[in-house]
Amino acid sequence: MLMALLSLACLGTLLGLALGAAAKKFHVEADPLAGRIESLMPGSNCGQCGYPGCPGAAAAIATGSAPVTACPPGGRTLAQALAEMLGVTLDPAAVADAGPQVANVAEEICIGCCRCLKVCPTDAILGAAKQIHNVMREACTGCGSCVERCPTEALRMQPVPVTLQHWVWPKPATAAA
Amino acid sequence: MKPAAFPAPALAVAAPHVGGAAGVAHVMTWVMLALAPATLFGFWLYGWPAVHLWWITVLFAATGEGICLRLAGRPALVTLRDGSAVLTGWLLALSLPPWAPWWIGACGGLFATVIAKQVFGGLGQNLFNPAMVARVALLISFPVPMTLWVAPLPLGSAGAPGFVAGLQLTLGALPGALDAVASASVLGHAKTELARGVDLLQAFAVPSAPTFGLDGMRAGSLGESASLLIAGGGLVLLARGIIGWQIPLAMLAGIALPAAALHALDPARHLDAASHLLAGGTMLGAFFIATDYVTSPNTRTGQLLFGAGVGLLTFVIRSWGGYPEGVAFAVLLMNALVPVIDRYLRPRAHGRDRRGRPLDIAQRP
Amino acid sequence: MGVLDRFFGPSWGVHPDDRKRPAADAPLRRLPLPERLYVPLQQHVGGAARPVVLAGQKVLKGQLIAEAQGGISAPVHAPTSGRVLAIGEITAPHPSGLTQAAIILASDGEERWIDAEPPGDPFALPAEEIARLTAAAGVVGLGGATFPAAVKFNLGRRLKVDTLIVNGGECEPYLSADDAVMRHRAAEVVDGLRIVMHAIGARQALVGIEDNKPEALAAMRAAAAPHGDVAIRAVPARYPMGSDKQLIQVLTGREVPADARAAEVGVLVHNVSTCAAVHRALRRGEPLVERIVTLNGGALRAPGNLVAPLGALVADLLACAGMAEPPARLILGGPMMGTPLPHADVPLVKGASGILALTAAEAARPPEGPCIRCGSCTRACPMGLLPLEMAGRIRAGDLAGATGFGLSDCISCGCCAYVCPSGIPLVQYFSHARGELAAAERARLRGDAARRLAEQRRQRLEREAREKAAAAARRKAERDAAKARASAPAEAVSG
Repeated sequence: MLMALLSLACLGTLLGLALGAAAKKFHVEADPLAGRIESLMPGSNCGQCGYPGCPGAAAAIATGSAPVTACPPGGRTLAQALAEMLGVTLDPAAVADAGPQVANVAEEICIGCCRCLKVCPTDAILGAAKQIHNVMREACTGCGSCVERCPTEALRMQPVPVTLQHWVWPKPATAAA
Repeated sequence: MKPAAFPAPALAVAAPHVGGAAGVAHVMTWVMLALAPATLFGFWLYGWPAVHLWWITVLFAATGEGICLRLAGRPALVTLRDGSAVLTGWLLALSLPPWAPWWIGACGGLFATVIAKQVFGGLGQNLFNPAMVARVALLISFPVPMTLWVAPLPLGSAGAPGFVAGLQLTLGALPGALDAVASASVLGHAKTELARGVDLLQAFAVPSAPTFGLDGMRAGSLGESASLLIAGGGLVLLARGIIGWQIPLAMLAGIALPAAALHALDPARHLDAASHLLAGGTMLGAFFIATDYVTSPNTRTGQLLFGAGVGLLTFVIRSWGGYPEGVAFAVLLMNALVPVIDRYLRPRAHGRDRRGRPLDIAQRP
Repeated sequence: MGVLDRFFGPSWGVHPDDRKRPAADAPLRRLPLPERLYVPLQQHVGGAARPVVLAGQKVLKGQLIAEAQGGISAPVHAPTSGRVLAIGEITAPHPSGLTQAAIILASDGEERWIDAEPPGDPFALPAEEIARLTAAAGVVGLGGATFPAAVKFNLGRRLKVDTLIVNGGECEPYLSADDAVMRHRAAEVVDGLRIVMHAIGARQALVGIEDNKPEALAAMRAAAAPHGDVAIRAVPARYPMGSDKQLIQVLTGREVPADARAAEVGVLVHNVSTCAAVHRALRRGEPLVERIVTLNGGALRAPGNLVAPLGALVADLLACAGMAEPPARLILGGPMMGTPLPHADVPLVKGASGILALTAAEAARPPEGPCIRCGSCTRACPMGLLPLEMAGRIRAGDLAGATGFGLSDCISCGCCAYVCPSGIPLVQYFSHARGELAAAERARLRGDAARRLAEQRRQRLEREAREKAAAAARRKAERDAAKARASAPAEAVSG
C-alpha cells in the first residue's frame, strides 16, 4: 500500500516536472492576437467602425469589446474569418454584406471642391480645384468617407461590376441534405 | 431563320451535362433483389412468424426514418423512396431470430434508422452500420429473446403455424409456443458445449446437435440458414458492379484462414473453415453488411484492410469472446477505424508521390 | 473497348457512349456565309486583343482587325470580307451570360482574301521565325484550351523538348471535329505537325488517336507513312484520354509532376486541328479565320461537321443543322466539360470544337441526393484525387481542407460527377471553390495595396506638415531678421 502511494507520487512528480520543462523549452511564440486580427482587415483606417483606425478596431476585437462584425468594409468574409480565429459563433446571414463596392463620381454634379479627396484614406480620388474629380477604382476600398463629405451628393457607392474573368460559379444548393 | 427560342436555365448549370450513373434507388433495388431468394427461403423454412417479423421490422424502420425526416423539415416520402431505410430494416430482420416477438423487430427497426442513421444526419452521414448497431443494442438489452433460436418448421409441414397463428405468435399472444421448437444454432451450440468442457467432436456427434448441411436446414437467423443463397445474391451484386470483391474476399479469408489453421492444429476446440463460413452471419456480413458504402473505406486498398479486419475480429470473438457470433461487433469495431484507414490510405495522385509531394523531374522514366 | 482494355487498360476515367456517329460520318459541309459576324476580341488565354480597325472601315478576309496585347495574347483576323459595323458587346459563350467586346462585321458575300505572299519553305526558316508567323496568324490551341501556340513553341524550344505529342484523342462524346480534320485533311495535319517539330526542335512526333476513329487512323497512317519520325499510335478510347497528362502517360509512360509543365518532362502537346492551322498559316499564309465545328445532339435534324467562319452566331449554325425540337441544353464544347450557353446568340470562337443541342433525355442526370460515400468518384478520377472528400469540405466551407485533398490538381474533367449515383454536381463545387480562393487571393492583394496606399498617404501628410512647419519657421526667422535690421539702424541713430 505504501509502496503504491510512493511510486505513484514519484511518478506524478517526475511527469509534472517533465511537462513543465517541455512547456518552457518548446514554447511557441504566437503573434499577439490584435496583430493577427489587423492583418486581416482592409487597412485603410476609414473609421466606419468608430474606432481609431484599423489597429484600434483590432485591439477592441481582440479584447472582446467590439463584435467580429465591427468592420463594414470587411463584410461577411472578414466577420467569418475573425469568428473562426476567435472561436466565436457567427450567423452569416445576420452580417450585412453589400458586396465589394467602390465610390463613383457623378460628373455632371461634381463642383470640384476638393473636400472628398482630402478625406480619402488611400488617396484614391484624383482631382484639383474646379476640376471634375474621379475615383481610381483599384485604390478605392469602399469605406464611404467621401460620400458623407461631398456637399452636392455627387459621390455614390456602387457595387463592383462582375467581369468575365472574376465571375465565380455559385455554390450548388444542396437538395434538402 | 432563327431557331425557336428555348427556355434558358435560370442559373447556369455546370458540366457534365450527361450522367452515367443510375441513382441511389437503383442500387438499393438491386441489393434487395439479391437478398430476395434467401429471404423467401427463410420465410418458407420458418413459416409465417418469420414473415411477420420481417415486415414489422421493415415497417418500423421506414416509419422511424419518415418521422425523423418530417421533424427535420425534409420531404419524407421522396427520401424514403430511395429505399435505404427499407433495406436497413430488411438486413436487420435477416439477422434476428425468426420467431422473435414483434417488439424486438419494432425496437430494432426504430433504433436502426433513428439512432444509428438519422441522428447522425441522414443518409451518408452515419459512422456505424445502422443494422448492426440495432442488432447489438437488442442483443445487449434483450439477450434472451435474441438468442432463442428455433428449429426449422417449414410452411405447410405439421405443426407449422398458419398466417393468423403466426401473427399471434409474433405478437406474443401464444406464450410457450417457442419453447417447443427451440433449438441451438451451430455457433451457439459450439460455444455452450465448449464452455461446459465438452469438446467439439463429441458435441456435434450427438443427434440433438444442430447439423450443418449445405441445404440450410438448421436453426439460425433468417439470413444464416440460407448462406449459399446469400452468397449467390452477393455474387450477383459483384457481377453488376454494385459491390467490389475486396471486402467480401478479405472478410471471408480473414475468417477462413485462421479457422482452417487452428482446426488443423486442434480440431477439438475449433470448428473448421467451412462451418465458420456457412454458419452465423458470415455470408450476410461479407456481401451485404460490411460492404455498406457509407461505413466502409473509400479506396479499394482500404477496403481490403477493412474486410480483413472484420474477418479476423469475427473469428477472434467467436473463438475466444463471450458471444457465439461476432460479425456485428466486428463490423462496428472496424467502422470505428474507417476514418483512420481513409486518412492514411489515400490513392496516389497523378504527378505526386505517395506522401503527396510533387514528383521530382529526375524521376521520369 | 476490347476485353483486354478492360483488364489491362487504364483504370481511371469513364467510358460513356460516344454518340459520335452518324454525325462523324456525315459529309463535311460549309456553313452558308452569314450576313453578320461577331468576332470577339478575346478568344484565347491571355490579354484581350486590341482593335486596329474603325467602324465603317472595309476589310478583306484574313486582314488583321485586332492586334495581340502583351506576351501571352493572340491577334484576331477578319473571317470574311466586308465592312466593320461597330465594335460592341455580344453575349460571351460563358455560363454567366455576361457580355464581351467584339468586332461586328457585315459580310459583303465576296469572300475576298487579303493579298499576302505565302512565306517560303517553312523548313528553311529559323524556329523563331516560324513562331512569329504562327503568332501573327492568330493560331491558338484549337482543342479548347486556346493557349497561344507560338508561346508554347518558344517554351518547348527553351526547355529542349524531344517529343511532340499530337492530340487526336477527341475523347468527349458527340464531338468529331478533330476526326473530320484527320479524315479529310490528314496531309495538312502531318505537314503542320512536322513544321511544329521543326519549330520546337523535337526529334519525334507521336500522334495519339483513339481507337474509335478507324477512318482517321487509316488516313493519318497513310499521310505519315513517308515520314519516319512521325508515328501514329492508337490509344484506348476512354474519357479523358485527350487530357494532356493522361495522353502523355499512355503514349510515353512519363508522368508530369504536379507542379511542373509537360515541357519539363520533354514533351509538348498540340491538337491535330492546331497543327492543320499551322500548316495553313505557314504554307498558304492564311491566318486562323475559320474552323471545323461539330453540330450534334438529339434535338438536331441533320447533325454533322461544319466548316464555319469565326464570329458566326451559334443560332446560324443550329439553323444550318436544323432543329427538330427545342433543346433542353445548349452546350459549347463536349458534354463532359462544355460551357452551357444562355441562348443561341453567342459567337463561334476559336476554341469551340462543338455545339451540342441536347434533349432532356440525353441531358438527364440522377436525381440529386446526399453523398452515399460509394467511392465511385474516387475510382473514376484520372488524377487520383478524392472528390467526395473535397466536395464535403467545400460544402462545409472548409476550402483549405479541400485544397489539402488535391483541389489544385483537379482538371475538371467531370468523370466524378458523371459516375455519381446521387447526381451531385461535383465539378461545380470545385469550380466554385477555386473561384472563391482566387477571389480571396485578389482581396488579400487589394488589402495589402490599400495598406500601402494608406501608409503613403500618412507619410505624404506628415511630409506636408513638416514642410509647412519648416516654411513657417523660415518665414518667422525672416520676419525676425527684418525686424532686427529695421530696429538696429534706429538704435544706431539714436544710440
